[in-house]
Amino acid sequence: MSLTREDVQHIAHLARLTLTEEELERYREQLSSILEHVARLQELDTTDVPPYSGALAAAMPLRPDEPGKTLPTQTLLRAAPDTAADQFRVPPILDEGRDE
Amino acid sequence: MSDLSSLSVTAALIGLARGDFTSRDLTHACLAAILKHDPELRCFLAAEPEMALAAADAADARRRKGGDLPPLLGLPIAVKDVLAVEGMTATAGSRILSGFQPPYTATAVRRLLDAGVVILGKTNTDEFAMGSSTENSAFFTTHNPWNTERVPGGSSGGSAAAVAARLTPAALGSDTGGSVRQPASFCGVTGLKPTYGRVSRYGLIAYGSSLDTVGVLARGAEDVTALFNVMAGHDPLDATSADRPAPDVRLSAGATLKGLRVGVPEEYFIEGIQPEVEERVRAAIEELKTLGATVQPVNLPHTKYALPVYYLIAPAEASANLARFDGVRYGLRVENEDVIEMFKDTRGAGFGPEVIRRIMLGTYALSAGYYDAYYGQAQKVRTLIARDFLAAFEQVDVIAAPVAPTTAFKIGGHGDDPLAMYLEDVFTLPANLAGVPGLAFPVGFDAAGLPVGMQLMGRHFEEETLLQVAHAYQQTTDWHTRVPEHK
Repeated sequence: MSLTREDVQHIAHLARLTLTEEELERYREQLSSILEHVARLQELDTTDVPPYSGALAAAMPLRPDEPGKTLPTQTLLRAAPDTAADQFRVPPILDEGRDE
Repeated sequence: MSDLSSLSVTAALIGLARGDFTSRDLTHACLAAILKHDPELRCFLAAEPEMALAAADAADARRRKGGDLPPLLGLPIAVKDVLAVEGMTATAGSRILSGFQPPYTATAVRRLLDAGVVILGKTNTDEFAMGSSTENSAFFTTHNPWNTERVPGGSSGGSAAAVAARLTPAALGSDTGGSVRQPASFCGVTGLKPTYGRVSRYGLIAYGSSLDTVGVLARGAEDVTALFNVMAGHDPLDATSADRPAPDVRLSAGATLKGLRVGVPEEYFIEGIQPEVEERVRAAIEELKTLGATVQPVNLPHTKYALPVYYLIAPAEASANLARFDGVRYGLRVENEDVIEMFKDTRGAGFGPEVIRRIMLGTYALSAGYYDAYYGQAQKVRTLIARDFLAAFEQVDVIAAPVAPTTAFKIGGHGDDPLAMYLEDVFTLPANLAGVPGLAFPVGFDAAGLPVGMQLMGRHFEEETLLQVAHAYQQTTDWHTRVPEHK
């Protein structure tokens, strides 16, 4: 399984990662060789095998959906890089009024 | 006072209870050992001497008051820097969380604090627990106290090296694919990876949520047991926490292993294993026989698929878990006027190469058109691996195997070859995939003087059996009491 540069660029976009040209090439090589290694899973016939659902799946209990105590807003905002008016501040998300 | 830092958990608790020394004496001795040896070993990302001494004084005051005392009152421990402790930074060994102050404390740590422990500081880890050597830490590499040119293993390498070097009686780790057991093996200490769901993951910085466990590293099995009993048990704050009574493991002295059936999987004695590792592990299995156990071969036929399964499932889960690091709520932000570019620049700058590799691998395995072939198939083969264990545990009570194919390798020894590093985990990954408990403990040394570890794997929720077997072994051997001659 050999990835192209475009494949890696697409993955980096999906994963929201800025990579340099040099990094793109290095990850292309390394990911290709890892994918080659994991390809050996294809040799197993798993037609009748269910996907793993966890050792505890059967015992997974339900609980009442009741609001509990949560941390105060100010405490949670303390670690944020930028805040305003008790909220996290981010660059504009909607296109309106944005310089393109 | 400096030799107080060399005490095991058990000896420290006895000494504290008898009034031979105070928690301040003991904590001070550990901090002095850290001050003396850590500049070379680099086990700690952050030692917290002021907080530790204040907690020690509080523990001593509590003891003077008398009455019903909590079980670990005044015991110093170290905590791997993937667990949240309010008042201490939590970086997960990553620049993206540099300086992050978590607003709450992990349940496992909370329970230990309620039981009276004193936290010495946070230990080094591969970034987001992704690695087998601590070389992936964004800050520095920890050195193995048995030979400082060697890695301590990883990702809980800081914790393992600190216990081995007698900087702390015990330390917490996390184990997603071997991250407690492999460093325990490389550093010659005892390390427990509990059953999945046995110890709450609340406050553990998530890597692979279906695999992550919180574990303990200490001198011997009875030391590990003292912490495990306190940490484990149901927690409503972790939806995958098992709703079972908390364990109350009591190890019996002079135990015989009569009636115990030990399985030896030949799939774990593969070509390429260091001959001394195989020799020492087989000798330890003979010792279990001498103690009364019966030994028989078992088959875990899908073992060779554990590596590819793990390196699809863990990265897939990581790619989702690490999506939260986007420069909005905590940690690093690299400013950009465009919000998507801000995410990308922040993550590109904040994550190290191994984390980026796994995020990309996981993103690919989950992406449209590839999901069934990669992630879907891996989840099915994971079922086969779990079934291997269920079938084996019909025939035997525990499975004994090496922890890693080699002893501690040289720092830089795997260069820039991610696959060579992944192969370090080949014997530890299956227990995580099947959710079963695993215990690593020292069983000797190779010719270079580096520790060799053996692991026992057991049925779900049967940590007690593993601890009891290791305890019996440790009562007739002294590998776990050996001390490295670090300068």
